[in-house]
Amino acid sequence: MTLEFRAARVTLGDFTLRADLTVPAGARVAVIGPSGSGKSTLLALVAGFLRPDAGAVLWQGRDLAPLPPGERPVSILFQDQNLFPHLTVAQNVALGLRPDLRLTPAQHAAVAAALQSVGLAGMGGRRPAALSGGQQGRVALARVGLRARPILLLDEAFAALGPALKDEMLDLVAGIARDGNATVLMVTHDPDDARRFADLTIVVDEGVAAPPQPTGPLLDNPPPGLRAYLG
Amino acid sequence: MATGVRRLIPRRWSGPVAGEIPGGGAGAVVAGFLAVLILGTLAAVAWTARGLSGLGPWDLRAIWFTLWQAALSASLSAALAVPVARALARRSFAGRGALILLLGAPFILPVIVAIMGLVEIFGRQGLVNAALQAVGLPRFSIYGWQGVVLAHVFFNIPLAVRLILQGWQGIPGERIRLAESLGFSPRDIGRHLERPMLREVLPGVWLVIFMVCLTSFAVALTLGGGPRATTVELAIYQAFRFDFDLGRAATLGLVQVAISLGAILLAARVTLPPGFGAGMGGGAALRGPAGWRVGADVAAIALAAAFLIGPMAAVILPGLPALGALPADVWTAAARSLLMALGSAALTLVLSVALALALDRGRNRWIEIAGMLPLVASPLVLGTGIYLLVREWVRPETLALPVTVLINAIMALPFALRALIPAARTVQADYGRLAASLGLRRWARLRVLTLPRLARPLGFAGGLAAALAMGDLGVITLFADSDRTTLPMQLYLLMGRYRMQDAAGAAVLLMAISLALFWIFDRLGRRLGGSDDDA
Repeated sequence: MTLEFRAARVTLGDFTLRADLTVPAGARVAVIGPSGSGKSTLLALVAGFLRPDAGAVLWQGRDLAPLPPGERPVSILFQDQNLFPHLTVAQNVALGLRPDLRLTPAQHAAVAAALQSVGLAGMGGRRPAALSGGQQGRVALARVGLRARPILLLDEAFAALGPALKDEMLDLVAGIARDGNATVLMVTHDPDDARRFADLTIVVDEGVAAPPQPTGPLLDNPPPGLRAYLG
Repeated sequence: MATGVRRLIPRRWSGPVAGEIPGGGAGAVVAGFLAVLILGTLAAVAWTARGLSGLGPWDLRAIWFTLWQAALSASLSAALAVPVARALARRSFAGRGALILLLGAPFILPVIVAIMGLVEIFGRQGLVNAALQAVGLPRFSIYGWQGVVLAHVFFNIPLAVRLILQGWQGIPGERIRLAESLGFSPRDIGRHLERPMLREVLPGVWLVIFMVCLTSFAVALTLGGGPRATTVELAIYQAFRFDFDLGRAATLGLVQVAISLGAILLAARVTLPPGFGAGMGGGAALRGPAGWRVGADVAAIALAAAFLIGPMAAVILPGLPALGALPADVWTAAARSLLMALGSAALTLVLSVALALALDRGRNRWIEIAGMLPLVASPLVLGTGIYLLVREWVRPETLALPVTVLINAIMALPFALRALIPAARTVQADYGRLAASLGLRRWARLRVLTLPRLARPLGFAGGLAAALAMGDLGVITLFADSDRTTLPMQLYLLMGRYRMQDAAGAAVLLMAISLALFWIFDRLGRRLGGSDDDA
């Protein structure tokens, strides 16, 4: 039950990212590094938006390459655009069960329960624009909970929220990950997020993703590249 | 980094993901259909053409007239639009929004209705000539080159004003505030802000109008004609319809294609302004200077409004009471036109959705090019070509309705795509990854994501196609017989017989149906697209 980057390499224009590392199952891992170092690229390899030019990304020993993004064991949250603005809150959550939105009564109930679990009971009929940023994050998390995929990727999700709200979201994520025994990779700029949320941290610097290390010791005694970034 | 990757990902988005969007195949089919239809008809035209030696002095005059009337119309429209746009940019007054909205109307107004209005105002019995006579000046005749140019200016001033107004509104607010804090006089603002903007905007505006006027047919048919005011399009019609000299019609068709191609190549070197976007508000507005400039701005706006509204009023006022007494064949023609307009709109929508979806999945530049192919061929050239291809099997009259539906749908395609392509790209850029990660594929993706996000530009495109087809007085004239006329044809016939009462009624009917069609489609698009707000 691990997520493995086996000598994976991907080139985008004049940028190349290499990763040769293993993430233990159920771990909560921060991905940290300077801008442009390839943090989101690492996540895109798992999500299936990118395919490695060499090497492979494996889940439980199985190469993910043949799977399109929607069929991977993965849920992903972006910094924004996590919800479709023309769909209601309930429909946005329901996409996690049926992309064509043809729900059975039991599935409707599941959607309502998922909304309740993130504290948005009764808000299903609203549109995302009528919600605050924190509430929109909760809707996206309700969908993540409903999809119950074993890997959760957070690509600077919540980065636009204030510190208190962000902590609240991370607590929710931690709860959802615990319930589903999910492996979480979280891209962040904030070392405090890493300390708070992640037992392990992957440092991405100069096109190389380093194997995960325990977060506390790593941040207490950072390698040179990370030290320059943290300042 | 996030933005960097977001920029990069769509380019690398290949493999199985791309094939999941429906319409990819359909897009290729549509693009192929367009290429075969347009290039095929052009080939038929080229095959039949006799070489340039087949052109007589009359034809050379038509070529010359086509070029210079387009140049003159474009220059006049652009020049006259500048003071109007400036006045609209720096003044705010009650009805400003309505006036700007009205500036969009001539685009979907049937040409023949506008011409009738212009004749009412500028014709022999019109207000203008009455005024000229009262002060002892010579009469103005609307028939001839001056009428053609007048009508082109009427149609294109609004377009020019809107495009130039966008330029004014595009001046960054910071620069306006800087100018204010430096105490710039209106003259300084003109020199440092406005003239640089105009230098950038005007070439594109001029070229857009020039291109529109190059394929002018209905205006030349009704107000021009004769040796001194015949366009190439009109010459094609005359060669086809009166002389039934298909060789000459084809040769002229080739000439028209060459002119269009030349203009397109010219346009490729100039940045063309984007379509006909609205443009109200946004950013810091220029503060209107006081003094005599107030009077000048008021005059510019009042004259422009009168020039636009006058001819419309001159049709509507006598036309409304005549509506009830319209002869039955006018209503029959109206019903026929309505069906054709709906057919054209449906066809445009199907074609443009297929093309837009194909574009949605990647960078298929050739599909975009296929969608822009109609710009190369004018309606009359296509009509001539299609007839040449099928003349062995059908009579011209049988072609009238289907060919009109088809050609109008194709002619609306570039406009539809201009609205759809950016929207389709935005959907892909904003929601492509989310949709893929949720496994939204094929019809679910089309239903849940693509159609709702594209409903607005689709409604707009459908409305435009319907209105253009409803008012068409182009290719239909090549084939139509008097038994099966469309409403614009009927109106043209009534005007020719000087049955002005009935003509005014028919004009009001035609205008009402055209505007209503556009409004309903546009509205439907907004409704189906839903609102992103809760309201």
